[in-house]
Amino acid sequence: MGFSALGAKGFSFFESEKQGPVSDEDLTPYPTYCEVCFWKCAGWTYVDKKGDIRKIIGNNDDPHCSGRLCPRGTGGVGMYYDEDRLKTPLIRETKADGTQYYREASWDEALDLMAEKMEKLRKEHGPECLALFSHGTGGKMLTHLVKAFGTPNITAPSFAQCRGPREVAFTATFGEDVMSPERTDIRDTKCLVLIGSHIGENMHNGQIQEMSHAIDNDATIITVDPRFSTAASHSKYWLPIKPATDIALLLAWTHVIINEELYDKDYVKKYTFGFDELKEHVKNNTPEWAYGITTIEPHIIRATAREMAAAAPRTLVHPGRHVTWYGDDTQRSRAIAILNALLGSWGRRGGFYNPEKVHLPSFPHPPYPKPSRSWKDAYPEGKYNLVSEVLSTGICDATIPNADLDCHLRGWIVYGTNLMASLPDQRKTIEAIENLDFLVVIDTMPMDITGYADIVLPECTYLERYDFVRTSPHREPALALRMPAVQPKYDSKPNWWIAKNLASRLGLSDYFKWDKIEDVLDWQLKQVGSSLEEMQRIGVKKYKREYDDLFWLEGLPDYEFNTNTGKIELYSTELANEDYDPLPKYTAHPEPEQGYYRLNYGRAPMHTFSRTSNNPNLSDLMDENSVWINPKVADLWEIKNNQYIWLKNQDGVISSFPIKARVTERIRWDSVYMVHGFGHTNKKLTRAYGKGGSDSELVTKVVMDPIMGGTGMRGNFVTFILENPAKENKEDKA
Amino acid sequence: MRYAMAIDTLKCVGCGDCVVACQTENNVPHGYCRDWIVENVSGTYPNLDLEFRSERCNHCDNAPCVRCCPTGASHIEKGGIVVVNHNECIGCGACIQSCPYDARYPHPEGYVDKCTFCMHRVEKGQNPACVDVCPTECLHFGDLDDPNSKVSLALKNRSHKVLAPEAGTKPQLYFLT
Repeated sequence: MGFSALGAKGFSFFESEKQGPVSDEDLTPYPTYCEVCFWKCAGWTYVDKKGDIRKIIGNNDDPHCSGRLCPRGTGGVGMYYDEDRLKTPLIRETKADGTQYYREASWDEALDLMAEKMEKLRKEHGPECLALFSHGTGGKMLTHLVKAFGTPNITAPSFAQCRGPREVAFTATFGEDVMSPERTDIRDTKCLVLIGSHIGENMHNGQIQEMSHAIDNDATIITVDPRFSTAASHSKYWLPIKPATDIALLLAWTHVIINEELYDKDYVKKYTFGFDELKEHVKNNTPEWAYGITTIEPHIIRATAREMAAAAPRTLVHPGRHVTWYGDDTQRSRAIAILNALLGSWGRRGGFYNPEKVHLPSFPHPPYPKPSRSWKDAYPEGKYNLVSEVLSTGICDATIPNADLDCHLRGWIVYGTNLMASLPDQRKTIEAIENLDFLVVIDTMPMDITGYADIVLPECTYLERYDFVRTSPHREPALALRMPAVQPKYDSKPNWWIAKNLASRLGLSDYFKWDKIEDVLDWQLKQVGSSLEEMQRIGVKKYKREYDDLFWLEGLPDYEFNTNTGKIELYSTELANEDYDPLPKYTAHPEPEQGYYRLNYGRAPMHTFSRTSNNPNLSDLMDENSVWINPKVADLWEIKNNQYIWLKNQDGVISSFPIKARVTERIRWDSVYMVHGFGHTNKKLTRAYGKGGSDSELVTKVVMDPIMGGTGMRGNFVTFILENPAKENKEDKA
Repeated sequence: MRYAMAIDTLKCVGCGDCVVACQTENNVPHGYCRDWIVENVSGTYPNLDLEFRSERCNHCDNAPCVRCCPTGASHIEKGGIVVVNHNECIGCGACIQSCPYDARYPHPEGYVDKCTFCMHRVEKGQNPACVDVCPTECLHFGDLDDPNSKVSLALKNRSHKVLAPEAGTKPQLYFLT
């Protein structure tokens, strides 16, 4: 006791200045926008007189956050202070006995080696054999570099593993996609319909703030979710749907809205194509039909359809974001788009608005070389014609040698995305990596993917660097600046420095004709009447909209949509031309065998995927995930609350680490649920290693969306193992 | 003047932003917190209720922690804010035992710590850090003696409850229901 008291006091002598609050007047704010998730809220990094970052506070002028960051943005300081950060470049070496290890290297050595490998690849196989996986703002500079190098293979998991189906479906219907941040007018809606979208647990800041306004305005919220989500608990109606049956519910709603003539007749007549075909298509999709499939009672289906119609056009059937579930996701997103069209909410207040962005010209550079091949060549001609972005899983396919495919990728650069957690079917990812000539990972943290790299480059965090100015679209166009609040810790460097120094080694200096990124930013900002100096002062600059067309279909003006017919296509001619169903159909999906449960996964508000699980501030709030199990199921298995168990999926894959059971009424008896992003396998993540379960390793069955290559990941089933399976194996061997 | 806070349980999503903001604002060491989230589930599937509550010191009018403090370190400041003077605190922990809300923790430096309603901010007319950060704006802070303060208006217009009223502590954290 005496010892600890002394120890504590001794320590406080040095730390005393850090203790207790510091008045804002004694802190210097530097503008930034957040990089903990893709919402990119603008804020201020407060630095004290000693040069320590104390806190990050939202920028009041920013339309993304209105001055209020989410827990991850507030906890972004932890990214900077995390002592497990990558500290110096690392090069993989092999000892004489075959064991491998990472050797610390200088930047010159690491970049020389990387350039040498890229040069060899360019000479021997062509620049198109390089792929870049990039997630986050910093990837833009690397994208510029690899385009200059000559490859079109630039991808992110955000399409094929996330929002791709919705973008393809909305484009097929309205001729425009949903964008990010979503163009959803939740703030002014009178009826918000969430289908598997767990706003409040997915902490998309603007959406959660607007949902809160909608609650203030007494908006009706209808939540469809097999789990009693946070959003469900704030809803007037919670529809506890049987998983994988959403399209049946959507068709039944469509049936009711058409048959009871609740749709927006003027809007539908003026703007839509294929209403009669739709009416015929859903004529048998009665609520009674859907009841047998969804387990939602017919009177609830009717009541909710009428609520939606009563509030229309200020009814928003939310398109969701992570929508790659069952492989027919483009069709489900189409059914959502069609409902919005019938209710007349596209282009109207309380539905979908027309976002606008500031167009910043690129800093002048020579034209990019024209690539002669792309990842798509790996597939038979005509496949994925409607795909608007590069498929991350397509990059894997184009890397694994296959007699039937033209596979040609040999080098990967992975920036800011932990492919071990962000791609399904880890075995396939590993097989692709094993076929590479080289893999370079650029990250701030030793994520699981870094263990597969030949070269690891440590980037400094967003709080220590400039990046390109944020221009993302919103109701009001706005710019946001990120500038360093402090110098980079350790031997980490910003992405722009890495790209520029790599370019000079590859003979691509013409694409980087500037000394430092400040020159680029200042030049760009001056093209739109601002300057770096101004942005350093204000952080966010709002611009006036060019046209007064936020709700461009109010008053039903003449309007031509960017589709084949120029109309909103209830019946999709584009899908028909590609031989896909022009109207969404319900198809039954496989169900778990006895003793198995559907594996559902989602988000926790204080974490972003797997990237924050080691953050000291955020792991303090939640340091492991749990598997949610209904009490009836737990009784059958004699599983107690908080008991550690293991999960085994339908392919025999057993979770690497034990996961805590959370016995809760909030989940159905036919499925289990866990928060994505835990169960890290890299021991260098000292807080996150071995904590909780990884849903990614259990998602070995992937149902591909034939229309756009999305990876449906919710067709995996797990059962429970109560004793440590590692022990069992040892005993078997003995 | 009487400071109080009203927490809207119909809007709180339990994200924990109030906890992180408090930690960075007040330099609360990792592993400790001055505010926290309670998730209360009742019912059976599918007839369920779920309440999230952002909880902290209740800054009670009849504060047992102040009464039981042997050194006077725990005391009441202007506006009814219950504060621990770190220099006078001997870390005996009597106040921790006496608090029906479990709102206090032993700071590793040897004193007892808890929510101060961010007194250093409130003195300058700012809100507590948790109030200003909350993405759902579910926290309302202000002076109960001012009928137009946010907290007074929230309590006037909404039904509300306090925690552990039977303890007789006259808590000043109100939960809007």
